[in-house]
Amino acid sequence: MQTRRETLKHSVVVAGLLATAGYPGFAMAAFNKAGFDAKTVQDATKAFGAGSLAESKDVTITAPDIAENGAVVPMGASTALAGVKQLLILVEKNPSPLVAAFNVNDAVDANFSTRAKMGQSSDVYAVAIMADGKALWAKKEVKVTLGGCGG
Amino acid sequence: MADPMRIRAQAAGGKATVRVLMSHEMESGQRRDAAGKTVPAWFIQEVTATLNGKQVLSAEWGPAVAKNPFMQFSIKSAKAGDKVAVTWKDNKGDTRTDEATVS
Repeated sequence: MQTRRETLKHSVVVAGLLATAGYPGFAMAAFNKAGFDAKTVQDATKAFGAGSLAESKDVTITAPDIAENGAVVPMGASTALAGVKQLLILVEKNPSPLVAAFNVNDAVDANFSTRAKMGQSSDVYAVAIMADGKALWAKKEVKVTLGGCGG
Repeated sequence: MADPMRIRAQAAGGKATVRVLMSHEMESGQRRDAAGKTVPAWFIQEVTATLNGKQVLSAEWGPAVAKNPFMQFSIKSAKAGDKVAVTWKDNKGDTRTDEATVS
């Protein structure tokens, strides 16, 4: 897999550039490279400082049952819980599962939606990183008829 | 410079629902061109939103967000006439800000 190696090499260079551009004082603004490079859902959530993972009914993932086009799959994450720090959206079987991380604060509702690419049928996770270090997740299976990564 | 974003913010019940449609290639870094070479990743990394100049949202995105990304969120205690501005920054350092008024 030569090409993959090149990709990785390239991303290291980009990370280096970002690092030299100045590391912001507060952690939230720093791009969580470890999280986006992680290859499993667990690793990705750990990169956000989550200690224990637990399934929760208070976290909601919205996604279609069947996605005809994997290049555009609408999905959303929401929770009604208090004390949420971040909401993550992950697609388990993507090359890097983490799709997006939204920082939750007092000014916005913990309810975000976006559109993601999916390489193949997979479980989609919404993970809420709580202020106390817990990670609560919910998942939903999405069947993809046509993949959206590579071609 | 990238094309403008389409931002729609609607107030309802003391909240404003904001929908943003950005114009960006969102290249995943997984694709190969005709010569078999990997197309380098090019995607929006950071998205921030402000309400009347005060930051209300920040998000980090990976290359798995779909092309021409869509994002929806709601801001508490926003009312008609408030100004919502959305900024994105991609991994090449390109950035764009657009503003809309809550209706």
